[in-house]
Amino acid sequence: MPTFAIRDAETLERRSSPDRPAVVFKHVSLAFDGKAILRDISFTLLPGHTKIILGASGSGKSTILKLILGLLKPDGGEIWIHGSRVDRMPEAEMMKVRNHLGMVFQEGALFDSLTVGENVGYKLYEETDMPLDDVRRRVEEVLGFVRLSEHIEKMPSELSGGQRRRVAIARAMAFKPPTLLYDEATTGLDPITATTIDEEIVKLRDIENVSSIVVTHQLRDAFFVATHEAIRLGDQIEISPADAKKCDEAEFIMLKDGVLIFEGNAAELRASTDPYVQTFLS
Amino acid sequence: MLGLLIEFSKSAVLAVQEYVQLQVATIRGVFSRPFYFHDVVEQFDAIGIGSLTVVLLTGFFTGAVLALQSGITLDQFGARPFVGRLISASMIKELGPVLTGLMLAGRIGSGIAAELGSMVVTDQINALRALGTDPVRKLVVPRVLAGFFMTPVLTVISDTVGILGGWIVAVYQLGVASSLYWTSITEALYLQDAWMGIIKPFILGYVIVTIGCYVGLGTKGGTQGVGRSTTNAVVAASVAVIAVDYFVTRVLITLLY
Ligand SMILES: Nc1ncnc2c1ncn2[C@@H]1O[C@H](COP(=O)(O)OP(=O)(O)OP(=O)(O)O)[C@@H](O)[C@H]1O
Ligand SMILES: [Mg+2]
Repeated sequence: MPTFAIRDAETLERRSSPDRPAVVFKHVSLAFDGKAILRDISFTLLPGHTKIILGASGSGKSTILKLILGLLKPDGGEIWIHGSRVDRMPEAEMMKVRNHLGMVFQEGALFDSLTVGENVGYKLYEETDMPLDDVRRRVEEVLGFVRLSEHIEKMPSELSGGQRRRVAIARAMAFKPPTLLYDEATTGLDPITATTIDEEIVKLRDIENVSSIVVTHQLRDAFFVATHEAIRLGDQIEISPADAKKCDEAEFIMLKDGVLIFEGNAAELRASTDPYVQTFLS
Repeated sequence: MLGLLIEFSKSAVLAVQEYVQLQVATIRGVFSRPFYFHDVVEQFDAIGIGSLTVVLLTGFFTGAVLALQSGITLDQFGARPFVGRLISASMIKELGPVLTGLMLAGRIGSGIAAELGSMVVTDQINALRALGTDPVRKLVVPRVLAGFFMTPVLTVISDTVGILGGWIVAVYQLGVASSLYWTSITEALYLQDAWMGIIKPFILGYVIVTIGCYVGLGTKGGTQGVGRSTTNAVVAASVAVIAVDYFVTRVLITLLY
């Protein structure tokens, strides 16, 4: 599989350059129909690190992810993805940048005319010249990763909500992007299913060295992702509480009506005296 | 009042501009890679084969009723045997293309708007873009190609069954001799009419599908928005079929006759 081998090498190269942040926002602002949605947002996501975006409904969390993907363009400010500036980039060029980004959409956004397997392998089937056998193998591999192997031939409408989210994660990770964006991947799920998804996020970050942006308004999941790490022990992958250094690699951002009101690690978030943060945490 | 008018014309200009942009992107997508061949085949099947039943039925009954009506009119001049002339001329030049166009506006225009509209509101279009696929190439180009090439085929089928329907009425109800019917059909058929009848449906098919795609991709506001888009697409495409038919006819008359 020559083409894919080359891409893997590139991917590794991108991941291992610590001086080149995965995502940078510099004073980004955006308005819809004259109404400000995001105001002066700045942050940096380093490779292999996690950004957790918290905020009430309508505070602009999904909008930030759409800006990263170039699905929306900001009115002002700069956005950098793996070293390229994208805030004014034309769509055709943007397609190449999107090879670095996997997105789990808020409601999954699975293609309902395709089977689970076709959804997961979509990009490999349609946008690469990877041989079909290899695609098939990769699809089985990622579906195994999210523990849905037996559902490969089903249609998305035949799955439960939690299963659909996991298919969406499998689709986003199938082409091994160095950065993954999760939009409310656990919202509306029971705590047990939510924890399995949190564990997938941790596993991808620590085993595959993926940089992650996790959007949620569920604190339980936010803290789980921030304070756990995955370690490979032989064939097994173990999830355990992380040490302080690892915890520092997960940073929280809190949005309130499109303004960034907090930035810091889990301990700092708990210690914050800001009244809005306090209400959000309680 | 004036403000409202200015607002309205602004948004109309913007819509036309967006519609033209979509067409430019589509035409570019036809002639450059990536080209999603599998989706093109699928759409030829969905739009072409899928519309066969309604086109057969409308074509047949149009021809039949045309024979009935013109039978009465022609009787006033004692010209009943020439019923075939009227049927072939009006079916091939006007009724075949326009009625097929209207049926397709209802069937395909609405189907495309509903499908693309629900893909917009469930973020599937965004997901396509996020996965590196241009939605115009993946979704619009196959549909436009299928509409452009299948509408003429469907129109010819409609013309044929229309003439057959007219024949059944002419022979069994009007008592016209079968051979007389067929000779008068061919006698009245000029080459220009055939050209007119075959050029029009290409344009109508293109217009119907591009309107469906444009309205569908512009859907806003959840499930309700999808419903609104579907209705708008049918209305706009149907009106466009009639209007475009008029203008194309005018142009073709100056060019051909
Ligand atoms: N296409 C659009 N047109 C106009 N306004 C929009 C559009 N998309 C989002 N908005 C507005 O932008 C604001 C932020 O939306 P966004 O989807 O980013 O919120 P969110 O933080 O993800 O909320 P939730 O937790 O409910 O998903 C909302 O007030 C929303 O109404
Ligand atoms: Mg959201």
